[in-house]
Amino acid sequence: MSPSVSSPAGPGQTSDLGLVARQLRLRLVQMSHAAGTPHLGSALSCVDILVAAYWNILRIDPSNPRDPNRDRFILSKGHAASALYAVLAERGFFPRAWLDTFAQHGAPLAEQPAPHCAPGVELATGSLGHGLPVGVGMALAARIQKRDHRVFVCLSDGECNEGTVWEAALFAPAHRLSQLAVIIDYNKWQATGRSNEVMSLPSLREKWAAFGWNAIELDGHDLGALTAALQSVPNASGQPTAIIANTIKGKGVPFMEDDNNWHYRIPKADEVTKAAQALGLA
Amino acid sequence: MRNAFAQQITALAQQDPRVVVLSGDIGNRLFDDLKAKCPDRFFNCGVAEANMIGMAAGLALSGLRPVCYTITPFLTYRCLEQIRVDLCYHHVPVVLVGTGSGLSYASLGATHHSCEEMGMLRLLPHLTVAAPADAWEVRASLRAALQSQDPVYLRIGKKGEPNVHSAEPAFAFGQAIPLRPGNDVAILAAGTVLPIALATAEILARDGISAAVYSFHTLKPLDTATLADVFQRCRVVATLEEHSILGGLGGGVAEWLADQSQPKSRLIRCGTPDEFLHLTCEQEEAREHFGLTPVALSQRLRDALRTS
Repeated sequence: MSPSVSSPAGPGQTSDLGLVARQLRLRLVQMSHAAGTPHLGSALSCVDILVAAYWNILRIDPSNPRDPNRDRFILSKGHAASALYAVLAERGFFPRAWLDTFAQHGAPLAEQPAPHCAPGVELATGSLGHGLPVGVGMALAARIQKRDHRVFVCLSDGECNEGTVWEAALFAPAHRLSQLAVIIDYNKWQATGRSNEVMSLPSLREKWAAFGWNAIELDGHDLGALTAALQSVPNASGQPTAIIANTIKGKGVPFMEDDNNWHYRIPKADEVTKAAQALGLA
Repeated sequence: MRNAFAQQITALAQQDPRVVVLSGDIGNRLFDDLKAKCPDRFFNCGVAEANMIGMAAGLALSGLRPVCYTITPFLTYRCLEQIRVDLCYHHVPVVLVGTGSGLSYASLGATHHSCEEMGMLRLLPHLTVAAPADAWEVRASLRAALQSQDPVYLRIGKKGEPNVHSAEPAFAFGQAIPLRPGNDVAILAAGTVLPIALATAEILARDGISAAVYSFHTLKPLDTATLADVFQRCRVVATLEEHSILGGLGGGVAEWLADQSQPKSRLIRCGTPDEFLHLTCEQEEAREHFGLTPVALSQRLRDALRTS
């Protein structure tokens, strides 16, 4: 590994990172309110996945975000970009003040990320089903270039409706891309319905295992479990890893949890206050 | 043309360790030499073209120079969004090589025809769109594509197309290659129909009509200098392509022409009509069906001159 690539910020104490995650969640509520942007429930559900990866796992250097040896993290569910932005700012990739102008006219952080819009953003996402094929290409590039970095791709469960996810899922094990991992933010909702009813998703773990992946199912809000699973990449078996992370849409704000209205709803000022209280940050 | 592609990509891959070839499960034995010489840089991506394009973006974002190869309709129509978002929006240097283009696989039915894809791709920002005319232009355009910083689409035929050039021509995207001088008519041909353009010009010459012929291989960026010249000099300018007259070379030239203040020449767009081919036939018969023969084209251009 290149000496310029830093170690992960952690290993963070799970209790400390729990506070970080709660602070990030409040930030997302505030950003949604200030910018008038939807998809808050989707952003809240993946916060712990991002915290475990960015604090405990990823070999990244915020001062050298284009280092060719860096680990890659693609948030393929680009509608949850506010979560990625807040994490990148907190990890020092760009000033926290950028979050204050999120999605505003001419600001660097668009509602969904543009190519190279900010340091640390690996891919323009927003159209679902693109992140995993690109991640497969990045993992293949690492092998060709004899680099040891890893590639993590976070998908939504609704995203698993897309055929390209399964095309990529067939390719990666055939080429033993063990340095590749997907994390599925399985919050059981997609935009307009229960994801298990819209498409026949269950059992996601069995599906990924049947496709040849080292499939792990866990509580997607358990930072310790997430960290342990992410640490197993690259898997010694040679298989790529699929982490089915059971999550709750709107996690952390009780009146948003598992209420799909918050796919599109934007919190009002009093709801921001209530969210802060619920998160213990009032 | 496809053998020329395979030979050239093998040579270029040996010269440049960044070149990676992705195939959509075609080219049986075509890449044996490449696989032997660069075993870690050839991947059969299976019948999963959209994933192949996304993978190419990931390879390119990591500093490699991927080349995607499969039959044109599957490379282009099926993957339009991947080409648009993964390649063009990210502005990564990926080369797309569509084989069996136009009516090359006429006998396989419209699922295997591609008479609309250049029009579709020409709309995408950053993408270079080119149709080399023969094996020599395939070699030259592939080299140019791998030197470009833009995504590039190359539309090639199958095998056995006649050579127009006797050696590799000087080649740059957006610069048409003049092949025959003329002042009455100019025929701008894109792709493997170039020999038809030359034969058409021969027939016209017998009637005392002087027809210039260009290999107008690049649809985007258009060679506007050559367009300005021929629309100044010639009474009739014809575009010729094995592609719909909508959106392709004819469409592109018509758009350019619409922006000119006082066009002096008449534009005749020769290509396929806005319909699917339902006739069971081979490529030559399909061309004949659509009037893409020297005899039919020369008649059409004579008529156009008479009424211009």
